[in-house]
Amino acid sequence: MTTPQQILKVQNLKQYFPIKGGIFGRKVNDVKAVDDISFEVNAGETLSIVGESGCGKSTTGRAILRLDNPTSGTVEFNGKDLVSLSKKEMRDMRKDLQIIFQDPYASINPRQTVRQILNEAMEIQNVAPKKDREERIKELMKTVGLGEHQIDRFPHEFSGGQRQRIGIARALSVDPKMIICDESVSALDVSIQAQVLNLLKKLQRDLDLTYLFISHDLGVVRHISDRVLVMYLGKIVEIADKKSLFDNPKHPYTRTLLSAIPVPDPTKRKEQIILKGDVPSPIDPPEGCRFHTRCPFATDKCKTDDPELRTNDDLMKDGHRAACHYIEEIESGEMQPNY
Amino acid sequence: MAETTVRHAPKDPKRINPYLENFKTAWRKLRQNYLAMAGGILIVFFIITAFVGPMLTSLDPNMPNVQARLQGPSSEHWFGTDHHGRDIFTRIIHGMSITLYIGFLSVAIGMVFGVALGIVSGYYGKAIDAIIMRTMDVLLAFPGILLALGIVAVLGPSINNVIIAISIFAVPVFARIVRGSTLAVRQLEYVDAVRALGASDFRIIFRHILPNIMSPIIVQATLFIATAVLTASGLSFLGLGAQPPTPEWGAMLSAGRNYMWEHPHVALFPGIAIVLVVLAFNLFGDGVRDALDPKLKA
Repeated sequence: MTTPQQILKVQNLKQYFPIKGGIFGRKVNDVKAVDDISFEVNAGETLSIVGESGCGKSTTGRAILRLDNPTSGTVEFNGKDLVSLSKKEMRDMRKDLQIIFQDPYASINPRQTVRQILNEAMEIQNVAPKKDREERIKELMKTVGLGEHQIDRFPHEFSGGQRQRIGIARALSVDPKMIICDESVSALDVSIQAQVLNLLKKLQRDLDLTYLFISHDLGVVRHISDRVLVMYLGKIVEIADKKSLFDNPKHPYTRTLLSAIPVPDPTKRKEQIILKGDVPSPIDPPEGCRFHTRCPFATDKCKTDDPELRTNDDLMKDGHRAACHYIEEIESGEMQPNY
Repeated sequence: MAETTVRHAPKDPKRINPYLENFKTAWRKLRQNYLAMAGGILIVFFIITAFVGPMLTSLDPNMPNVQARLQGPSSEHWFGTDHHGRDIFTRIIHGMSITLYIGFLSVAIGMVFGVALGIVSGYYGKAIDAIIMRTMDVLLAFPGILLALGIVAVLGPSINNVIIAISIFAVPVFARIVRGSTLAVRQLEYVDAVRALGASDFRIIFRHILPNIMSPIIVQATLFIATAVLTASGLSFLGLGAQPPTPEWGAMLSAGRNYMWEHPHVALFPGIAIVLVVLAFNLFGDGVRDALDPKLKA
């Protein structure tokens, strides 16, 4: 059971995409996009998932929403396992769980006006009586910072930032409790990013929303998150509250990611860890710790033993966990990186 | 600066509808394509003829006149008379509606089933897709006319059976195109967005996928009318379609081939009629395809 403040509880979620091959289209192998991850999201917080391209962060979001049905695992939302719901039950549940997509040019039907888009959303979930919908559409427009006079316009008449606001209005129109933001500001200009992020923050305060914020942009993540979850090759490598993660990263991969954030001070030289090689293929992920092929601290143990997410009471606090065998040794300087 | 913005601002932004805009652009491109316009004008002319023509002709298309057998074109019989002494011009005018009836109806039926199967196949995928598309492959493996021939041979010769036969061979053609377009549209984010809102498959298919795959369907329908007309004439020529004395062009052509050397006009005029209709639909269809292709700028 979820404790009261946990709104979402993901357990042992796996998402494998089969690779078909051969003459008869048999399953040859799997792309292990998400491989056995578990985490919780507390009501009212923003949990960010970060990681590089292809690490499975968007797949996680899609699996939670069952836009792709997960291979195995449970996704408990408000105490109900979404994975085991029927198609019909799931359709009703979708009212509470919405998504804002990355590309505002692809995520709205070019043939519908804003009014039609919002009206359809309310019609599907039957949120407001027909006569009140008009009023609600106007209200939603105001909430996301669009004008009433733009109600009958088509998407192509808006800029990217405005389109993203339409996407936000659509998600809000059904009164959700939680919104998954899948790279929702990545496609926008930096100045517009800030506007949209501030809008999201304001909405969270006003409407008591919970966000699962998927992004590769650490600057954005730092701005919006309460807690951060780092993924690498379909696995969680570290999860912590924002401050601990940014000030006190424990996993070598997280350290590497953080060292890549540019410092806005040309005189300041900062140590940058450059990893060797590419991310291995998720079709045939490395044995043991998935990061061992690129980790500067890797030992023979890392090649065979898959590290669990664990904590260390002396070094880490408030649910900060990392999946590394050598948290203590790296911290104490006993182990030196081998670049 | 302000001046520039004002000049470029649309007069009334509410009036801009992308449907209409796309249509306008397509129409502009189509109008510049003289061959397509010629085809289009011919089609309109044919349709008017099919409705109005029979009322304007004074002769009975099916009444034999033994005294006037096999006469060449004259002021009395513009296209001459056939071996029963019937006026060929009158028969061609009366045959117009039969030809267009077969063409439009068979394509309409084939399109409805083909689009439905194609969308279901592309949208649901997996086993449903495999079953539907492999069946379509079997149908496509036959040359169209041969398949139609086989179907009519089973059902028996008549105009309605010709329509059924042509519809059946139109189905896989539409199904294939629609499946491809559906696959492309289905993976767009806005389809995911409405799915995340809890929309039913029915709503997604009819509100969000179908309107966005109309262009290839329209083009295929226009072009396929030409194929349908040709196939129908072919079947009638072989004696499997319209039965005498129906003034169907293929049947007329078939009857005329016995007098090809002495009285070529008997076969020539129905032949020209078939060619003109097929050509008109092909030219127009090609033009529509180019006009609806966003990559070809006018």
